[in-house]
Amino acid sequence: MALLRLRWNRSKYLLLLFLPALVYYVMFKYVPMFGILISFKDYNPFKGIWQSEWVGLKYYEMFFHSPDFPKLLKNTILLGVYKVVFGFPAPIILALLLNEVRKGVVKRLVQSISYLPHFISNVVVVSMMFLFLSPTSGLVNHVVEWMGYSSINFMQNENYFRTLYILSEIWQHIGWETIIYLAALSAIDPQLYEAATVDGASRWHQLRHVTLPGIMPAIVILFILNIGHVLDIGFEKVLLMLNPSIYSTADVLSTYVFRTGIQAMNYSYGTAIDLFTSVVNLLFILTANWISRRTSETSLW
Amino acid sequence: MKPKFGVFDALLYLVLFGVAASALYPFIYMIAVSLSGTVPVLKGEVFFWPKEFNLNTYTAVFDNPEIGRAYVNTIIYTVLGTAISLIVSAAGAYSLSKRDMLFRNGFMVMVVITLFFSGGMIPTFLVVKSYHLIDTIWAMVLPGAVSTWNLIVMRTFFTGLPQEVEESGKIDGLTDVGIFFRLVLPLSKAILATIGLFYGVAIWNNFFSALLYLRDADLFPLQVIVRNMVLQGAGGANGAGNIGGDSMIVDEALKYATIIVTTVPILLIYPFLQKYFAKGALIGSVKG
Repeated sequence: MALLRLRWNRSKYLLLLFLPALVYYVMFKYVPMFGILISFKDYNPFKGIWQSEWVGLKYYEMFFHSPDFPKLLKNTILLGVYKVVFGFPAPIILALLLNEVRKGVVKRLVQSISYLPHFISNVVVVSMMFLFLSPTSGLVNHVVEWMGYSSINFMQNENYFRTLYILSEIWQHIGWETIIYLAALSAIDPQLYEAATVDGASRWHQLRHVTLPGIMPAIVILFILNIGHVLDIGFEKVLLMLNPSIYSTADVLSTYVFRTGIQAMNYSYGTAIDLFTSVVNLLFILTANWISRRTSETSLW
Repeated sequence: MKPKFGVFDALLYLVLFGVAASALYPFIYMIAVSLSGTVPVLKGEVFFWPKEFNLNTYTAVFDNPEIGRAYVNTIIYTVLGTAISLIVSAAGAYSLSKRDMLFRNGFMVMVVITLFFSGGMIPTFLVVKSYHLIDTIWAMVLPGAVSTWNLIVMRTFFTGLPQEVEESGKIDGLTDVGIFFRLVLPLSKAILATIGLFYGVAIWNNFFSALLYLRDADLFPLQVIVRNMVLQGAGGANGAGNIGGDSMIVDEALKYATIIVTTVPILLIYPFLQKYFAKGALIGSVKG
C-alpha cells in the first residue's frame, strides 16, 4: 500500500499529462467498441444501445445470405490482393533504383518530387482522375483519340475500376513509402559492398546477395502490416470513385456499410458487416505474423 | 574506383525521370489550363504553358461565396484541430515515455490495440452523435484528434531525450507538467513541427468526417465543395458557361482552378514539410 502511494506520488503529474489522451481513447475508441453490441441487437435510436432488444446473430445471417455478400467480398478481396501484389513491391523497386543513383542531387530531387502526391487529398486525386479521364475533354482521351481510337469513358466503365484504383494508389504513395526502405538501405554496412566488389560481384550480384538480404526485415514487417489491411480498402477514395454504373466491381464492404448503415440507417446491419471486416482483418494479421515468426526471425510481436 | 556511365544508368535515369514527371506533370497541366483563355482550352491546345494568359477563373473562384466560406472553415478546423491534436498527443506520448508512471504498460497496450481493432464506422458515428457533436466544429477536430502512429513516433522521440533534462527540472523544483512544458517542448521543436504538419495536412484533406458528421452547408470544408463541384457535376455538361462576371469561362478550367486553390496551401508548405518529415517519419521506425 505504501509502495503504491509512493508510485502514485511519483507519477501523479505524469498521469495528469496522460489524462487528455486517456479521455480521447476512452470516448472515441473504446466506447465505440462497446457500441459493436448493437450488431447483436435491434438498434432503436429512441431506446439507445442498452435498451434495444437482443436478436442474436440475425443481422450476421442476413448479411451472409444476402445476394450482395459474394459480390462485396469478392470485390473487396480482389482490390486488397491487387493492392498488395502491385502496390507493395512498387516502392521497394523505386527505393532500389534510387539506391543505384550515384549523384546525390538527382536522388534527392526525384525523392522530393515523388513524395508530393502523398499529401494531396483523396477528393482532389479523384477529381483529377475524373477530369483527366473525361471522355469529352480529358487529356488522356485526347491522346487516345490522337492515336486513332475512339474515346473511352474510363470512370463509368466497371472494367477499368480496379486498374484505375490500384494505379492511382501507387501514384499517390510510391514515393512516400520508399522512405522506410531507403532508411533500411542506408543502414547496410558499406564494407559488405566493398568486400563483394573485391570478390568480383557484379551490380546484379550485389543487389541479390547484399542489398536484398539487408532490407528483408523491413520488407517483412511492412508486408505483415499490409496483409492486416487487405479488407481495409481506403473508404474515402472508393466512395468518391463510386457511381452506380460501376457497382459490379467497385462496391466494397465499407462503401456498402456507408450506404446501408449510415445513409439508409440500418445501424445494426451495418455494424455487423463492420465487425465481420474487422475480425477478418485481425485474423489476417495474426496469421501473417505467426507464419513470419515461424519462417523468419522477423515479426511484429 | 568509379564505374562508367553505361546502358543501365541511362535506363535508370529514364525510369526515375518518368516517376518524377508523372508526380509533377498533372499539377503543371492543371495550373496551365486554369490560367489559359477559353479558346485554347476548348481546342485542347494547352499542355505546359498557359495560352492567352488570364486570371478570370481565379476571379470566379474567389467571387464564389461558397468557396470563401469553406476556405475560412477549413482554416479554422486545421488550426484548431492541429493545436488540440498536437498538445494531447505530445502530453500523452511524453507520459508514456516515462518508465515509472503508474499503469504505463496497461495504457500502452490500450493505445496499441486501437491500431489493430476499432469499433468501426457506425458505432463511432452513433457515439459522436450521442455526444451532440454532429453539425459542430468539434465533429471535425475531436473524433480523429489523436493518431496512434503519431503518438508512438513522439513517444519514441521523447524516450531518446537525455535523462539530465528531467533531473535538472526536478532540481529546480518543477513538477512533471512543468518539465514537459518548460523544458521538453522547447527541445522538441523538430518533432512538433513534423507531427504538427502531418496533423495539419490530414485535417486540411479530411473529407470523411465532413461526410459523416456535417449536414449544415455553412460548416462544409473545402474538400466537400470540391467534391460537389467536380465530382457530382461529373458526366454532366462540359463546355463554356457564364459564371458570375461577364467573361466566358470553361467549366473545366474553373474546376482546375478550384482544385489548385484548394491544394495551394499544401504546395506552399511542402518545402518546409520536406525538411522535417523524412526525419520525423523515421524516428518512429527506429526500433530497439
